[in-house]
Amino acid sequence: MIETDILIIGAGPVGLFTVFEAGLLKLKCHLIDSLPQIGGQCSEIYPKKPIYDIPAYPSILAGDLSDKLMEQIAPFKPGFTLGETAVSIEETEDNQFIVTTNKGTKHKAKNIAIAGGLGVFTPRKPPIPTIKQFEDKGIDYIVKDPEKFRDKKVVISGGGDSALDWAIFLAEGVAKEVSLVHRSKSFRGHLDSVQKIMDMATEGKIDLMTDSEVFELKGDSDLETVTIKTKEAENTIKKVDYWLPLFGLTPKLGPIAKWGLEIEKNAIKVDTFDYSTNREGIYAVGDVNTYPGKLKLILCGFHEATLMVQSAFKRVHPDKNNVLKYTTVNGVNGF
Amino acid sequence: MEENIITVTVIDREGVAHKLEAPTDMNMNMMELCKSYELPVKGTCGGMAMCASCQMYIENDKVTLERNEDEQLMLDEAWNVEDNSRLGCQIHLANEMDGLIVRLAPEVDDEDDW
Repeated sequence: MIETDILIIGAGPVGLFTVFEAGLLKLKCHLIDSLPQIGGQCSEIYPKKPIYDIPAYPSILAGDLSDKLMEQIAPFKPGFTLGETAVSIEETEDNQFIVTTNKGTKHKAKNIAIAGGLGVFTPRKPPIPTIKQFEDKGIDYIVKDPEKFRDKKVVISGGGDSALDWAIFLAEGVAKEVSLVHRSKSFRGHLDSVQKIMDMATEGKIDLMTDSEVFELKGDSDLETVTIKTKEAENTIKKVDYWLPLFGLTPKLGPIAKWGLEIEKNAIKVDTFDYSTNREGIYAVGDVNTYPGKLKLILCGFHEATLMVQSAFKRVHPDKNNVLKYTTVNGVNGF
Repeated sequence: MEENIITVTVIDREGVAHKLEAPTDMNMNMMELCKSYELPVKGTCGGMAMCASCQMYIENDKVTLERNEDEQLMLDEAWNVEDNSRLGCQIHLANEMDGLIVRLAPEVDDEDDW
């Protein structure tokens, strides 16, 4: 059981900065994130995009902002449970919470700070009616262990980096046969990867099918064939062991929607005094919350987190009075 | 027409037409306009042409069907794409769009598995 003072759900910029403000009050933090890396939307959706409204940074790349925050919070030694989704919450008799992830990791804390942004990043699934029946029976949306595909026949769909990178990786001596199916002739992924795919197609290592789309799936129990339509050509039926539709991730509110919190328009309602939710001890900061006048800005999330930890302090130390201290006077005293 | 205000019609996923007054001098796009009227457009990526949640079908000739490069690449990986599909976030409101009619594309990524 991981124990901490504030359990932060979501390791995006606001979740990360919460560690700093909590640390100034000598509160320890642990973060859970469903992504395997920190940074939230900043790392998953737009790491190379400049942000212009972070005070004192005329421009900073979203990825760099995450790195800088990690540097800033390092003295407070936060713990991380990455690549796991916070699924359930229970309250203990001593007024604490236990949060369990989809992989069964348990975390105990007096305070829960939900900094979940737009929610859990989940795979975008093509709208093929039979897709669900083949999930884990030949369809994977995320490659976890490439060895699974050794000597198998694999069809990959998508035009972004993950589709390109896995097509290249699996075609280089792992899978028996790799096809890359994309609806267009141009790709969203890095130019180097696109060039590599083109070269491998010429060398016969990859069956590259552009202007094409998988539209039908067949199999008795496991997936056996995919049917591909190609612009101005006959349909192709391919025998496959696996189809990997790799179309990126999209956020969904996810399990926290069922935590008994008041939800309005896909966001958690909070009191702006301390960003507390309707459940005592559970707070919500950043894009995941809503209140009159709410703006979904990183900048506002930082402010929210700062006020929130004051209240969290009170729950950890009901008998102590907290006084605002300036970092210019006291510096940053890590753990 | 009032200065810098145009009228556009957005047909929602239930087929209901909403006639909206749209300012053209506020650097707004169609995704933002829909959101400002609380129509069910998510705009997950905030307008960077990186999610396709604001896909809409252009129903008359008040705006070009030509897509920019990022928009095209995103639509290449989106669902229910038609010849008249565009991303709302890439359509910047301008006076010549007065009378524009759009229809929201179906939402397919909203299913919750939890």
